[in-house]
Parts: sequence; structure tokens; C-alpha cells
Amino acid sequence: MLTLYARRRLINALSLGISILAMLFGLFWLGWILWTLLANGLQGLNLNLFTQMTPPPGGEGGLLNAIAGSLMMTFIATLIGTPIGILAGTYLAEFGQRGWLAPATRFINDVLLSAPSIVIGLFVYEIYVIKIGHFSGWAGAFALSIIVIPVVIRTTENMLRLVPNTLREAAAALGTPQWKIINFVTLRAARAGILTGLLLAVARISGETAPLLFTSLNNQFWNSDLNQPMANLPVVIFQFAMSPYADWQSLAWAGALLITASVLTLNILARVLFRQTAPSH
Amino acid sequence: MSTHSAKITTPKLIVRDLNFHYGTERALKDVNLTIQEKMVTAFIGPSGCGKSTLLRTFNRMYELYPNQKATGEVLLDGENILDKKQDLNMLRAKVGMVFQKPTPFPMSIYDNIAFGVKLYERLSRYDMDERVEWALSKAALWTEAKDKLKKNGTSLSGGQQQRLCIARAIAVKPQVLLLDEPTSALDPISTAHIEKLINELKTDFTIVIVTHNMQQAARVSDFTAYMYLGNLIEFGDTSSIFTNPKHKETEDYITGRFG
Repeated sequence: MLTLYARRRLINALSLGISILAMLFGLFWLGWILWTLLANGLQGLNLNLFTQMTPPPGGEGGLLNAIAGSLMMTFIATLIGTPIGILAGTYLAEFGQRGWLAPATRFINDVLLSAPSIVIGLFVYEIYVIKIGHFSGWAGAFALSIIVIPVVIRTTENMLRLVPNTLREAAAALGTPQWKIINFVTLRAARAGILTGLLLAVARISGETAPLLFTSLNNQFWNSDLNQPMANLPVVIFQFAMSPYADWQSLAWAGALLITASVLTLNILARVLFRQTAPSH
Repeated sequence: MSTHSAKITTPKLIVRDLNFHYGTERALKDVNLTIQEKMVTAFIGPSGCGKSTLLRTFNRMYELYPNQKATGEVLLDGENILDKKQDLNMLRAKVGMVFQKPTPFPMSIYDNIAFGVKLYERLSRYDMDERVEWALSKAALWTEAKDKLKKNGTSLSGGQQQRLCIARAIAVKPQVLLLDEPTSALDPISTAHIEKLINELKTDFTIVIVTHNMQQAARVSDFTAYMYLGNLIEFGDTSSIFTNPKHKETEDYITGRFG
């Protein structure tokens, strides 16, 4: 018969072992994905990628138009989504103590947060693309911004809630009006966290394919007119990877590597930023 | 403890039949007392007795939270501050507060002080510099902070942060200063600093302090209120409360037999 203490040690060792196995299992696939990506993507990585347009099958080319399109649409989506997200998140955290509006908004936001992105693509297709009669960069940016908004709302609210109430009380105790408390004290105290959330939202949309399929679609040529269909990395990858042409497939791998690398960079940046400025509160 | 017999006093805050509710729970029961101008009044009593609640009615801090309600009267220079017509921000500019935990704002030491001042006064850069120095000197922090005014307030030690908060509170020149257990998170040296400060500040301000530490109440205050379960049990000058309490409960508490 084991002593109580020995039993506890055994259980501890067991659960530690199982946890480590689970972690290794998860990491294994992640590692494999990254490895495949590197193995296939690196060979396609060259200067042409950044200087030439997407080629017809068999032709020479790069991904410049897709990279530019992705950057433009991501930028606009962030520009639209950030103020709405931060303002709404601030409302939920700072004013949403009483009444029904805040809980309702929070619930809808949670639904939006977990809505499949293809639904969002179809939604914009229905209300915008059909109305104007063609795919466009604007439609893509709108679809992406609808994905940004709930992410930013959620992180803004969470980060503001982490700001201790004593700080709000201290500001109020000086006779500070509420808008100043929020602007100069609580938002400032939460800014590292909010910025982190923003970067994660950008990372999230830079890999989204489904909402762009129905909105910006694709464009084989250079295009900086947001009223026209616009090339973007995810859709190009989708199209090229499914094609039977080896050179297209190789470009798709390179594009996938590019997206993964930038998402990884954004995530690392977000972590570094959060660690540097957050711990004081 | 100071001598009381010859003290000339003017009432600053008069509390009349004050009741306080957290939702349905009654936290203060018909409290009546008078706080004298430019004196230190201490509230003592076991946890949950209502001393902080009472303090927080003086600047209506409870208004930040739904379901908290005060009824009765609190007269500041004869004016009922519980009145609906009372402008909250103006009240709080007159009645400053320092909290249990240091709460520096996420900005520089200088801006921490200037923040409150800017709310109610337009000062030239020179005057603001002077005010910041005045407040920091009053709070006995100037010598330690003068070379790092641009640094973040959170870079200071706990005791320094608390003195920064005191400086921030007095920089707006309030009439009353509320201190809610201002030293309970500090080490003995910082505590001594702040107690000395309280003694100096009372020449300019009316001070009300909530404390768990009875020796502290005895050291810094002129008047002491002993509270228990939302009732004001005994109130009087500090030396009588500590040497000759009229109520058995007060005596039991201050002699450590209870609480």
C-alpha cells in the first residue's frame, strides 16, 4: 500500500507526463507544418517574388500585385476596424455597468467573433458586391474590417477591465470628468494590451481567404484601384496551390511562407510589446 | 497626541443621520459626527465596521458604483454635499483622497501632479513648475524626485508612490484630505514619513484618516471615532478615547481584547 505522499507524487508525475505528451503532440504537427512550408517555400523565395506580377501558367512571375493588394486591404480594414473596435470596447468596459445595451452588445460581439469568416464574405457579397455589380478591393477591405472589429472590441474591453478600479477612483477623486479619466488614465494604462490586440487582429486578417473569395476575388495584373478586383496573397495561394502547374504551386508555397512569416513576426512583436510595457499594472 | 483643552475648533464637516446602503445591506446606521477644521480625525474599528464607507461619502466616491446609496446629510461648510444638485467634480476638487494602495497614473511624475491641477486652473509653465515643486516638497518627495520628474510614476518605490499620490492630492489645494488606510501597504520607514507628513499637512488641510493601526490613530490624530458594525460607538478627542473611553466596546477594542 502506497503512502499518501507517494501516491500524490505518482499522480503528479503521471499528470505531468500526460501534459508533456499532449504538448509534444500539438507541437509535432505545428513543427511539421512549418517544416513543409520552409522546405517548399524557400526554393520559391527570390527577388522576382517582390518585383513581378502573378504570371499566367508557365510564365515567369512573382507575387507583387498580391502582396500590395493584401497590404492595402489589410491596412484599410485595420483603419476602419480600429476606431470602431476601441470605442465600442471602451463603452463596454467603462460605461457598460448598467442597462441592457452592453450585455446585448457583448453577446452579439461574441457571436461575431466566432462567426465563420466565409459567412462574413457572403454577407459583404450580398450587400455590396451584388449592388455595385463587380468584385472590388473595397469590398475585401470591408469584409476584413468586420473580422477586425470584434477582435479589437474584445481585447479593448478585457484590457480595460484589467485596469484596477482603484486607478479610476484615484482619478475621480481629483474631480476628473469621466471622459478624461478614460482618455488619460485608463486607456493609457491599457494601451500596451490594446495595441497587442490590434496586432493580433492584423495577424488574423492577413491570412483570411474565405471573406476575400467573394469580395475582392483576384486580379492577375497590377492594380491600385480599390474599385476593381484586387489580388491578395490568400486567394492567390488558394488558386495557385489547386492548379496543376508546378511553377504556380511553387509560387503558392512561397506566398504561404511569406504570410506565415509575417503573422509570426506580428505575434512576436505583440508579445514583446506587451511584456515591455504591461507588467507595472 | 496633542493637548486638547485649549483647542479652538471650527466645524468643517457635519454628518447628520447618515445611512448608507450597499444594495439592501445597511452599512452605516444613523451616524452623527462633526469634523473640525485643520485637525486630524481618525476613524478606527474592526474590518467591515463602515469606517471606509463613511469616508467615501465625504467625496461621494460611492457614486461610481450602482446600488450604493447614502441618505442623510453631510454638510461641508454648511452645504449638504449629498444634495443631488451638488456638482460631483467640484466637490472632489475640494475634498481630496488618498487610497490604501498607491495609485500613480501611467504618466510621468510631473504629469501625475500637473494632471489634477490642469483640471481646474490654467497655469503658465513657470507657475505649474512651481506648483509641482510645492506639492512634491509638501509631500516630502521633492529631494528624491526632482531629478526624475520625467520618469514614469510607477518607477518609484511603494512608499514614494504613496507620497506622490499625497502630493497629487494636495496639488489641487483641496480643503479636506481623506486618507483611506494610507500606510497599510507600506513599510515602517515609509509609514513614519507619511505620519510626519500628516502632522505637517494639518496646518493647511482638514484631514480625515481611516486606519487599522490604533497606535497610528493615537500618534497622528486629534479626534478619534470608534465604529462597529455601521454604528458610531464613540467619538471624542483622541486622548480621552485612548485613556478614558466611555464605552466598554471602545475600551475592549483599543486594549486589544477584541477586533
